[in-house]
Amino acid sequence: MSVEKTVTINMGPQHPSTHGVLRVLLELDGETVVKARPIVGYLHTGIEKTMESKLYYKALPCTDRMDYLAPMSNNLGYCLAVEKLMGIEVPDKVKWARVCLAELTRVNSHLVWLGTHALDLGAMSMLLYTFRERELILDIYEACGGQRMMTSYIRIGGLAHELPKDLDAKVRKMVKTIRERMHDYETLLNNNQIFINRTKGVAVISADDAINLSLTGPMLRGSGVKHDLRKDNPYSGYENFDFEVPVGKHGDAYDRFLLRLEEIRQSLRICEQAIDGMPEGPYRTHVPGVVLPLKEDVLYKMESLIFHFKLVTEGFKAPVGSVYQGIESPKGELGFYITGDGTNKPRRVRVRPPSFINLASLPKLCEGRMFSDVVCAIGSIDIVLGEVDR
Amino acid sequence: MKDVLKALGNSILKTPLGLLITIKHLFKKPVTLDYPRKKKPMAPRYRGRHYLERYNDGTERCVCCGLCAASCPADAIYMEPEETEHGERRAKVYEINLLRCIFCGFCEEACPEEAIFLGQEYEFSDDNRDSFIWTKEQMLVPHPRKDNPFKKIIRRVRKVYGVTDKNR
Repeated sequence: MSVEKTVTINMGPQHPSTHGVLRVLLELDGETVVKARPIVGYLHTGIEKTMESKLYYKALPCTDRMDYLAPMSNNLGYCLAVEKLMGIEVPDKVKWARVCLAELTRVNSHLVWLGTHALDLGAMSMLLYTFRERELILDIYEACGGQRMMTSYIRIGGLAHELPKDLDAKVRKMVKTIRERMHDYETLLNNNQIFINRTKGVAVISADDAINLSLTGPMLRGSGVKHDLRKDNPYSGYENFDFEVPVGKHGDAYDRFLLRLEEIRQSLRICEQAIDGMPEGPYRTHVPGVVLPLKEDVLYKMESLIFHFKLVTEGFKAPVGSVYQGIESPKGELGFYITGDGTNKPRRVRVRPPSFINLASLPKLCEGRMFSDVVCAIGSIDIVLGEVDR
Repeated sequence: MKDVLKALGNSILKTPLGLLITIKHLFKKPVTLDYPRKKKPMAPRYRGRHYLERYNDGTERCVCCGLCAASCPADAIYMEPEETEHGERRAKVYEINLLRCIFCGFCEEACPEEAIFLGQEYEFSDDNRDSFIWTKEQMLVPHPRKDNPFKKIIRRVRKVYGVTDKNR
């Protein structure tokens, strides 16, 4: 008589530590994971398909809703791709402001990651602390774009509004506060024996495996591969900024934790540089028929009003052709592949979501290890299900 | 054995440091708000519920040109035009479906008459879906308005057809 040695269980889709609606099919032998299969699609919203039926400028709010912890990065990626397709150059001030906002987003995303990851592993108070600091960043978002999460602030050809007057002071205050509080986080977690035991040597991935699985972002850098699009393929003026790309050694969850903390520090540095060196200039480039004219002109000038009407109702026609633009989002390489077919709507918008591709490493991370390490593995990948399923 | 001792030493010596941080917070002022009673002031650019503005004489600014409906990514705006006794165009029906609205603020940016504005209110819960379709009457600001305009951008005054704010 044969005896079943393994048991198959379902983790999720409503499990609190799967960060949303991820379902993991686990085959267990006692407490050892024999097989782990992530099953996605529970948060599928058809964003890529929706974008095909929208004018170029109207598809922008869709991108906010993919990785809802990093709205500015998504906007930036989409806008850079469309600008590449249309051949638009943006003023220096816009570039600087975009870099500053994208780095704020990185801090924001990493803070939420830190809080939830520590919460998964049993450190409740971290979540409360990191959300308190995140509030400072959300306030800056609100002052800029008028919304706390779905900002839609970065637009094709520039920004939606002029930067708020007190941006300087707000960013500096935020940088100062978070720098101080980082010390607290480290005291709480770096020497916490429970946290160390649960993350050191857990969810290990070697550099070769990481490259073969085409992982990007902290997942790849944690294994010691120094790859960062901001350095390797600079966009939006990143070549003018001075920052380090931290790498890990062992490729385990603890290394990735230290690496993300260091990334927050580097992002704060970039934010400061961007604020210090913010050039003067317009917040929107002047390309009639593609970029909306300024509101003052619309109200008082006939030609601007005509352009405004035509652009809002019909959009602009993009040339036939395809472009790919990858940016370094907080979770890895976020790429937009846009195909234009000569009409005012994109033929196809394909998004390369870092969370989705990084999630493919989950079987590698947890097979042959203990059941409780699955939680740590999911946490350290840093997924946002809105982006995984789109 | 060495590892175990090290871990033991770590937990005995270092863990209280972490606990100290937690204990320190007992004596700090809370960062949370007593929400339904106290509210956080929103930023001037905040995108809450919609308002339809008026000129100083009380006429509606909206001329029902349809740009807001054209720019709406969620197709949440419906409108029908009519003519007033002065021969001016205005909206007969102006409805926004707040269940579809994503509060992106594109209508506000598209409006060439500075008629629609997104205000500061953000609590919309109700027990039936019909009440989320907001009509023109609900969105128009009261005529002798008590508070200042929500957003000060340019506020062009009324000059069309020889009619100005003064003589009407």
